[in-house]
Amino acid sequence: MKFGVVVFPGSNCDHDAWHAAGRVAGHQAEFLWHNEDTVRGADCVILPGGFSYGDYLRCGAIAKFSPVMNAVKRHAQEGGLVLGICNGFQILTECGLLPGALIRNRGLNFICKPVRLRVETVNSPFTCAYEPGQETVIPIAHGEGCYVADERTLDELEAEDRVAFRYLDNPNGSLRDIAGILNPGRNVLGMMPHPERAVEPLLGSAGGLGVFHSLARCFAERTR
Amino acid sequence: MSEVTPEIVAAHSITPDEYQRIVSILGREPNLTELGIFSVMWSEHCSYKSSRVHLKKLPTRGRYVVQGPGENAGIVTLGHDAEGHEWVIAFKIESHNHPSFIEPFQGAATGVGGILRDIFTMGARPIAVMDALRFGPLDDPDAGARNRRILDGVVHGIAHYGNCFGVPTVGGETMFEPSYSGNPLVNVFALGIARRDKIFYGRACGVGNPVIYAGAKTGRDGIHGATMASGEFTEESKQKRPNVQVGDPFMEKLLLEACLEAMETGAVAGIQDMGAAGLTCSTCEMGSRAGTGIEIDLMHVPQRETGMTPYEIMLSESQERMLLVAHQGREQEVLDVFRKWGLDARIVGHVTGDGMMRVKNHGEVVAEIPARPLADEAPLYNRPYTKPLREAPMEAPAFASADLTADLFTLAAAQDLCDKRWIWEQYDFMVRTNTVLGPGADAAVLRIKETGTMIAMALDGNGRYCYLDPRQGARLLVAECARNLACVGAEPVGATNNLNFGNPERPGIMGQIVEAIEGIAEACTFFEAPITGGNVSLYNETLGEAVFPTPVIGLVGTMPLIEPPGIGFRASGRALYLIGGIGEAGETRMGGTQYAKQVLRTLWGLPPEIDFEAEKRVQAAVREMARSGAVESAHDVSDGGLGWCLAECAFPHEVGARVELDSSLRPELLLFHEGPSRVVVSTANPALVEEIAARHGAPALRIGETGAGELVVSNRGAELLRVSVRELKQRWSAALEQWLHAGQEIHA
Repeated sequence: MKFGVVVFPGSNCDHDAWHAAGRVAGHQAEFLWHNEDTVRGADCVILPGGFSYGDYLRCGAIAKFSPVMNAVKRHAQEGGLVLGICNGFQILTECGLLPGALIRNRGLNFICKPVRLRVETVNSPFTCAYEPGQETVIPIAHGEGCYVADERTLDELEAEDRVAFRYLDNPNGSLRDIAGILNPGRNVLGMMPHPERAVEPLLGSAGGLGVFHSLARCFAERTR
Repeated sequence: MSEVTPEIVAAHSITPDEYQRIVSILGREPNLTELGIFSVMWSEHCSYKSSRVHLKKLPTRGRYVVQGPGENAGIVTLGHDAEGHEWVIAFKIESHNHPSFIEPFQGAATGVGGILRDIFTMGARPIAVMDALRFGPLDDPDAGARNRRILDGVVHGIAHYGNCFGVPTVGGETMFEPSYSGNPLVNVFALGIARRDKIFYGRACGVGNPVIYAGAKTGRDGIHGATMASGEFTEESKQKRPNVQVGDPFMEKLLLEACLEAMETGAVAGIQDMGAAGLTCSTCEMGSRAGTGIEIDLMHVPQRETGMTPYEIMLSESQERMLLVAHQGREQEVLDVFRKWGLDARIVGHVTGDGMMRVKNHGEVVAEIPARPLADEAPLYNRPYTKPLREAPMEAPAFASADLTADLFTLAAAQDLCDKRWIWEQYDFMVRTNTVLGPGADAAVLRIKETGTMIAMALDGNGRYCYLDPRQGARLLVAECARNLACVGAEPVGATNNLNFGNPERPGIMGQIVEAIEGIAEACTFFEAPITGGNVSLYNETLGEAVFPTPVIGLVGTMPLIEPPGIGFRASGRALYLIGGIGEAGETRMGGTQYAKQVLRTLWGLPPEIDFEAEKRVQAAVREMARSGAVESAHDVSDGGLGWCLAECAFPHEVGARVELDSSLRPELLLFHEGPSRVVVSTANPALVEEIAARHGAPALRIGETGAGELVVSNRGAELLRVSVRELKQRWSAALEQWLHAGQEIHA
């Protein structure tokens, strides 16, 4: 399975995503430059954490206009896998691949800490290796991670089983404790917690490894 | 160009003697631009003119040192990767005290930015930052509101810059004293790694090579920042606000990636960041180090504002700028990389062979100064010094505690000792996925993917100890840093120091500086931790009130890949040992402790004594225990003494302990004295701990066992303490936010 990790000029979790997908999970992984209109045949595109273009305006607001995002949208429309982590989730909502928006944390401060999550659906390529309802620990690190959407959208996400992760101790004020959501096609996941930071027990938790294992399992089934 | 009058010379903080020296270097009177250039290069901040004589006493060589002081950062060896390439660690500490007082957010943010540039200028990617912060008390009746605002601004500034740049802030310390009310201290310790064969230096090599300016455009911000940092604060300091620079971490991130990529091309001959004293400092230092000259024309310098004079362009401290020297004929490769990252990069001049720093503006020479005398021949002052200034009594007051448990609660809520989570959770301490032990540990530990080994970092300062006895305080600091490294299993390989003092023109302050430097020198020599660079910040005074003498030491250690013990007890029923024993204590040496400060609210006497040989034995033993997995937790006894140390061990996993001591010390001393060379460890393998301790000749005193949710301490059958770990922890975790939000005093 081949991962493509997008590098915006201000991405700073690109190396971490590459390390997790490539070195730890053992897949092929390469970087995709933001100015190129291609995903270079990646099976799964990761939009990593960071501050894409400085994000002084609004997180991800400029990233949606980048050439690589055209390619990512095409990839997603064709059913290709897209994983947006943190800033990547913000970009996915900005460019309309996922509904809702991420706003300033309830407490207004940046928060970095491991948080407890519940896996809300295992019916997705990103979560199928978890147990239904499994609790896991994955860190967050964001200033604008409070997920908001109108009531109808929230109802729809729940009705369609598209909430992938919920916070057990909501750290940022996200509506209905939402930490990660899927698109209707279930091939695009956006999440504020950083699974790529939780793949090695030495660093405190391997709770995010399930995301990479899920992708591998799903990919193996797709290509069988 | 306006005439240089004695008033203008004085306004540049240049003394008449220094002016004569300038005239003799030039062989003529300087013009205004040249005067400005000399004033920043010869400021205390850039030239270390008051401290350099004494800094020479510091040990700078050791078996791990690749690059000592004099470059942008020091370098020590790290180890080899799987392909046999040697890797090195580049690290340094720097202060941004004065700007952080005037504008806390930008002052702290640009402090982080400045030291990060020092690291990646050497070709090393920054992988960790720590901060040593000092503020006035948050509940000060007069200055409390301002102190709270400064802390808030500084923390947000550090978070803003470090988080966006993508470097983890893996630890630090935050302390409070009235003397920091008008003079907060913001010291940032940064560390990066590089391949040894890819280190870059700030040298303008190769006559004829093009000089390239890259990064942010030059504006009027920060003009005379270095001079500001070399004077005391007065009522008029508020007017210095325009001197503070504004940081753009996104720009810095672009600069990092572009510089590292440009270096990879092989077309870069030398590189230096523009920090304090901006374009002036980078041009003359690069020329001086290489024994060459540099000629630039300011018309090529990208400018943010119109109508800037040569004086302003040369003295601007706009952030996120770099000066590179490219190999002739390969400059386009460098320019292309910067264009790829969307950054300005322009050829502004070339390297010459005549040793001159020649600045033109539209072809007309506006400054022409020999580079080496400008960079390296600043006047050195052997300023007169007396006994270090101290106004505390030597004699201990009569004191006794009615309720030791209440004292422990007082310590838990104290600003110095309370949980700093509110601060460090605002920092991304995990980005780059190397953080094995982060904030709250004795030392931060980073896993290094490239070499399969680990780096540990410790950072410590203690103004109270150093005020009572600067030499002894400094010796204790270095020892504590080394002990912190031992607790996680690391061995020191190098050190950096930040010397924060008042006005060196006062002999009592100069006395503090001299004593502290000599103390650091003694301890760094003994613990084999050579100083490879650092920073001196003087004139930390407001209205004649100096900060406590505050040397801050950053120690770097290396270790094999292990799972290092944390500070917290992990399980019940484990044997508890006090490695190093109870230690010596007396009334006089209680005066600098947290017990004296928080419970008795006074200061007297002397800091604790230290026996370096005994300390080294304890460290060797604890290091082996940590590395071999013999212990589940290890935490050194420092601020707050044994009583507070046990509480800190109990907090992380809410595992308590039952401790039985056998000592003739009276309870206040026994629980709260801060004698060094002591480490509390918990173990499932007591025999192994005793065997290791015995082999190293370190006392291993069995003091009890872990268990349940209570911390109970007794001595010779008399119960001294009995507290619920959860209740004490609640007090400890809630305190900082209460101080910050209410500013109200919290009593136990």
